[in-house]
Amino acid sequence: MAEMWISMGPQHPMTHGLWNLRIKVDGETITDSEPELGYLHRGIEKLCENRTYTQIIPIADRLCYGSSITWSHLYCLAVEDLMGIQVPERAEYIRVLAIEMQRIASHLMWLAAYSVDLGMYAGLVYGMRDREVFIDLLMNMSGSRLTYNFPRIGGVAHDLPQNFERDALRACDYMEKRLKEYEDIYDHSSVFMMRNQDIGVLKMEDAINLGVTGPALRGSGVKYDLRKDMPYSIYPELDFEPRWHRDCDCYARYRVRMDEMWESCKIIREALKKIPKGKHRILAPRTAPEGTGIGRVEDPRGEGMIYVVGDGSDRPYRLKIRSPIFISVSAAPKILLGYKVADVVAIMGSLDMCIGETDR
Amino acid sequence: MNLFTFCFGLIHWLTDLINNIWYWLGDHLPWYFGDFFTAVGDFARSHSTMVVMTIFLEGVVIVVVTLINVLNFIWIDRKMSGRIFDFYGPYYVGYRIGGWLQNLADGVKLFVKEIITPAKADKIGFLLAPVIFVGSSLLALATVPLSPDFAIATNPSGALVPAGVLFSFAIFAMAPFAILLAGWSSNNKYTLIGGLRSAAQMMSYEIPMLLCVASVFLMSGSLSFDGVVNAQSNIWFAIPLAIGFIVFLVCLVAEVERTPFDIPEAESELVEGWTTEYGGMRFGLFMMTDYLRGYVGGALATALFLGGWLGPEPIPGPIWFLIKAYVVFTVLAWMKWSLPRVRIDQILQLGWKRLLPLAVLNLLIAAAFKTMGWF
Repeated sequence: MAEMWISMGPQHPMTHGLWNLRIKVDGETITDSEPELGYLHRGIEKLCENRTYTQIIPIADRLCYGSSITWSHLYCLAVEDLMGIQVPERAEYIRVLAIEMQRIASHLMWLAAYSVDLGMYAGLVYGMRDREVFIDLLMNMSGSRLTYNFPRIGGVAHDLPQNFERDALRACDYMEKRLKEYEDIYDHSSVFMMRNQDIGVLKMEDAINLGVTGPALRGSGVKYDLRKDMPYSIYPELDFEPRWHRDCDCYARYRVRMDEMWESCKIIREALKKIPKGKHRILAPRTAPEGTGIGRVEDPRGEGMIYVVGDGSDRPYRLKIRSPIFISVSAAPKILLGYKVADVVAIMGSLDMCIGETDR
Repeated sequence: MNLFTFCFGLIHWLTDLINNIWYWLGDHLPWYFGDFFTAVGDFARSHSTMVVMTIFLEGVVIVVVTLINVLNFIWIDRKMSGRIFDFYGPYYVGYRIGGWLQNLADGVKLFVKEIITPAKADKIGFLLAPVIFVGSSLLALATVPLSPDFAIATNPSGALVPAGVLFSFAIFAMAPFAILLAGWSSNNKYTLIGGLRSAAQMMSYEIPMLLCVASVFLMSGSLSFDGVVNAQSNIWFAIPLAIGFIVFLVCLVAEVERTPFDIPEAESELVEGWTTEYGGMRFGLFMMTDYLRGYVGGALATALFLGGWLGPEPIPGPIWFLIKAYVVFTVLAWMKWSLPRVRIDQILQLGWKRLLPLAVLNLLIAAAFKTMGWF
């Protein structure tokens, strides 16, 4: 068969959103590929210039539907840096609890989507079912289900609800039981291993040169986790280990995410033990001084960064968002080359696409 | 009484009833009309005409039984998926019978949808592909007996077609042709890849599968279904030919294109594979035929390896046959909902490097059993 271009997207089961991956195939083998983004561009960066600092928090939530609290937290970090605010310790602990729960929920949603990419429908339902546990916890905490609008500049919106510690510990127990079950389902399935091992190899040098971050980078053997390497919030006080894997393939990325869920459970337990009493929020000024503020966090998908320029008014002069997936997707032509059409879904699925933050 | 005599009696009764009209017209009309009606009556009453009509009626009976089973299979599949996925499965439509009517509701919905043919499709191929797919799958059942008495026969003694197993497998293997036709005529890159994948996949599973069938032929010394089944009156072939049975089941999954091997219609990579451009009841036919092929596969596995209609007495043979076929199908559904999909080159490797040597080994085992005179 002669070579031909196939559009996988914008409306395609592989995409998990709205983007287009054009691949050039020779029979079943991929010889070239080209990601096309921009179908979901909402102009968030420009939108933010016309909102006050407080009004931007819910917009930052809309950046990623899978892990919204991480992004509003990140925005608050950047603005706090700009304003020079010190957040109360209890608020930091509540934030860490929230983002670690969000990380588990996001990874579970990834697991669900990845299973259905590989044609395993049981994984879809299991992942979504268990994600609901953490969504419920976050809903209990913040009051809404998907876009939480929970962090505030200078703290969080509410204190922890009643019996939260009991519920969170129960959820962690449940999750750890389920994680064992997942490892039985996936790692012990030879079909799953056939589809994952030695597929989508992203060498360590390539991963670093292309700027890939997050589980994809750690799956390539680089032990780089912002929570350890450039600590923010109260992560230095917590005892955890960033997980990594040296295989560089889809299985390594899968493994890193599963291990991160274990780590997140550990962090939640520890944070619940250490959480101090006190205020959950201080009042922040309405206007920001002239200057710049920057926030960097370890998003479930990679390194998220927000850069804010203030001009003395109550609105940011400029707000720049670094999306991890936008950069990971640019690695697609490098990873996909030489694999089969069926591997496209495995490889792009293992990068964990989230189009909201990619197109912004 | 077997199916042939039952249908023949029915046809005889109906012909007599209707012939009263022809002969009455023949008696009462002028001669140039009357002779014609008398001739029609004589023709309808002749033995060969009635045999042809009987065979036709038998076909209708078998198709109706099959379609009822297919509806059950769709229901079983959905309920199985519900149990595996930790939810209930369909239960609203037909609440008191476990949501069984959901299939009919879906059928009605598909019937009222518009049938769209793509502008640049090959119209004839696009129309023919579902016909061939459904037709070949139904035709494969023509020689499959539910019991010696419940089969399409051509004479009152009820003797089955001599090489029925061979015929069934030959027709059953025609599906990749229809898939390729559908994939090519839709004029779409996804369907084209799906169709070609089907053709490539066929290379890998067909040979080990037929080698397993050959071992059954060797053990039973017969090419017909009654010979094969009656040879299992002491022990089912699934026990001495355990390797062959497993290889056969794996190949069967590939043959009916269910999930570990549903590579031609891989949903996440090729949208809907070769059925992408089909909508409405044409897609409904493909969907139904998917389960129909599951039924055919279950029936073939039952007849060849699980002792067909043989079983303890109070339950009649056809019921035993259906129970075994349902069990085989349930295993297929279980695999479908709990395994990821393999890749096209992996199934080729699996077929040639694992299943083929195992099938040859199985053939050798069968030959050894036969030489020792144990069967």
